[in-house]
Amino acid sequence: MTDILPFLKSLISVSGISAYETPVANLIEAKWKPLVDETSRSRLGSLHGLKRGSGKSPRSSVLIATHMDAIGLMVTQITDGFLHITEIGGIDPRVLPGTPVVVHASGGDLPAVIVMPPANLLPDGEGKKTIALKYLLVDTGLSAREVSKRVAIGDLVAFNTEPVEMSGENVSGHTLDNRASVAALTICLEELQFKSHLWDVWAVATTQEEVTLGGAKTSAFQIKPSIAIAVDVTFGRSPGVNDWESFPLGKGPTLGIGANMHPFLHKRFAELAEKLEIPFAVEAMPASSSTDAETLQLAADGIPTMVLSIPLRYMHTPVEMVALKDIQRAGRLLAEFAASLQADFFEKIVWDVS
Amino acid sequence: MISIGAQQFKLLEKLCNALAVSGDESEVRKIVLEEVKPFADEVKVDALGSVLVTKKGSGKNRLRVMLDAHMDEVGFMIISDDGNGFYRFEIIGSIDVRHLAGKQVIVGKDHLPGVIGTPPIHLVHDTSGKIELSSLSIDLGSSGKAKVGEYATFATKFKRVGASIFSKAIDDRIGIAILIELLKHAPSNIDLCLAFSVQEEIGLRGAKVAAHYFNPDLAIAVDSTPARDLPSQNDEENVSYNTKLGLGPAIYIANSSTIDDPRLVRFLEETAVKEKIPYQFRQPGGGGTDAGSIQRARAGVPVVSVSVPHRYTHSPISIARVDDWKNTFNLLHSALKRITPAALR
Repeated sequence: MTDILPFLKSLISVSGISAYETPVANLIEAKWKPLVDETSRSRLGSLHGLKRGSGKSPRSSVLIATHMDAIGLMVTQITDGFLHITEIGGIDPRVLPGTPVVVHASGGDLPAVIVMPPANLLPDGEGKKTIALKYLLVDTGLSAREVSKRVAIGDLVAFNTEPVEMSGENVSGHTLDNRASVAALTICLEELQFKSHLWDVWAVATTQEEVTLGGAKTSAFQIKPSIAIAVDVTFGRSPGVNDWESFPLGKGPTLGIGANMHPFLHKRFAELAEKLEIPFAVEAMPASSSTDAETLQLAADGIPTMVLSIPLRYMHTPVEMVALKDIQRAGRLLAEFAASLQADFFEKIVWDVS
Repeated sequence: MISIGAQQFKLLEKLCNALAVSGDESEVRKIVLEEVKPFADEVKVDALGSVLVTKKGSGKNRLRVMLDAHMDEVGFMIISDDGNGFYRFEIIGSIDVRHLAGKQVIVGKDHLPGVIGTPPIHLVHDTSGKIELSSLSIDLGSSGKAKVGEYATFATKFKRVGASIFSKAIDDRIGIAILIELLKHAPSNIDLCLAFSVQEEIGLRGAKVAAHYFNPDLAIAVDSTPARDLPSQNDEENVSYNTKLGLGPAIYIANSSTIDDPRLVRFLEETAVKEKIPYQFRQPGGGGTDAGSIQRARAGVPVVSVSVPHRYTHSPISIARVDDWKNTFNLLHSALKRITPAALR
């Protein structure tokens, strides 16, 4: 098993807020190039890596999607050198005061901090409770004059907490949702170097999952895979989160069950994981999985789809946490699944799985 | 005038990154002792843990001048271990709970990395309420171990950003750095008594006994005070900003802990004008410094406070200006050089 930690750390240290994924796409492409036969970008910026199968042409194909975009913030207004911000993706305003950020300003990156104005500077009553996002400000430490020269409305503001190695082989930082899954897919590609697989494997780092699921939808249409797998993160168990809606860290990935997932694929994954003695949990995803699977399934004439998830604590905060072991297990399971696909697997997919 | 160089930055960085919450100031005390020993005539660690340094002058009619800065910072103490790597904690000093969720912390003497997490927004139906302390834990990872009674603080690392400093605990490590520098440039017209005091954030406690020990003729508390110089987001002008960044040292006139000695306020202002050092008056109002407990030690001590302004007090990241640091040092240095018993007449 290769050590994925350095790559994971670099993945969460590079920018890639929804619709502005190019920096992280470049990093992933450099890592994937030696692992796949060709890479390309979609019209919406998703990264496609094709690893050709050894089966007879025309071959079936599996698309494995991990979204690479991050939630973040954007400058809406500048007042006396302080920046007003809005959100890109879902952000809890209660975690923002005191959070280190970087302003991706046109004139270069600026370290900054999100600050909570004192109550006397806010409308009546607004200062006593949670400060709403519209009243929070970003301070770059620069003078108003310098800020007006360097920062423009529309500039991106990203979390800037440093990656931290925690005890028990856990890693904490921002944007582990969903770069942890990108790392897992990378492990899958590494493992496939030493396995033969009949099917084509499309590794796809999708864009804009956090806002519209637009990257996965369009890539699936373009590639038209036989089957698709979305790899994302799920709620890790932590204080204040109920046991029935969360999964412990370090006990393996989850296999989704519900409307977005084809039951045959779910069963195959579960059987394979058991055979390989890879621990996993079954995750109920009634109606929507809130992952790329939602749109992968609906692409073109419809695609049998599956969801694999990595438990992650404190989702969408600057201090998300995952277990490296779960990333490695997810990567291995994906590789074993891809390698297990027989030439006629697609024809064997049935609805009654009993 | 003395300027701030690489050596001063290095020392302030070391001081700011240290973990020294009120009640256990050991890490900062160690740095202070190393720095002061080569320059001091007497060094004493008192019963509470404050470092008390004397540097004698020469000549007649020397004033005993006490300068105080506090070594402690606000922070946390671990109060329970649930056995799964999650630790409940109590706040030490005043920290707004709204600064806690989603922050990185360091715990104990080994600075174990931890995070204060919060349930994901996907599972929270109403985000308008504050996240109360009782619902927060420090997460040390699945095999992290801390002991009940250990201290913790924000994990922020000191950073220089152009003309500014981003750091935790600027309050009052910048005062500690200034006192160390003053010792290195001690004027000979006075007996300089330096109190690197403990427990300021929990009631100005260390300075009280330090002042009793020194029995000074007058004292100056060197601290860091909030600058609330942000734009107003209501229809009223920002008239209670306390101080503003970049305007120089903040000289105190009155706060909740003391009415500063008017003779010393005047003396500092005269010094600033004479030496052409930028300065500002801290807006009279709430808040307090060690001057509050020094003033009423023994038979009483004339006191004044001077602060380096910083934004976002007691939060994970405060911001101060390098020039305010430099000007505060130079104001104090100039004042000490020219002070005589006449200042108190």
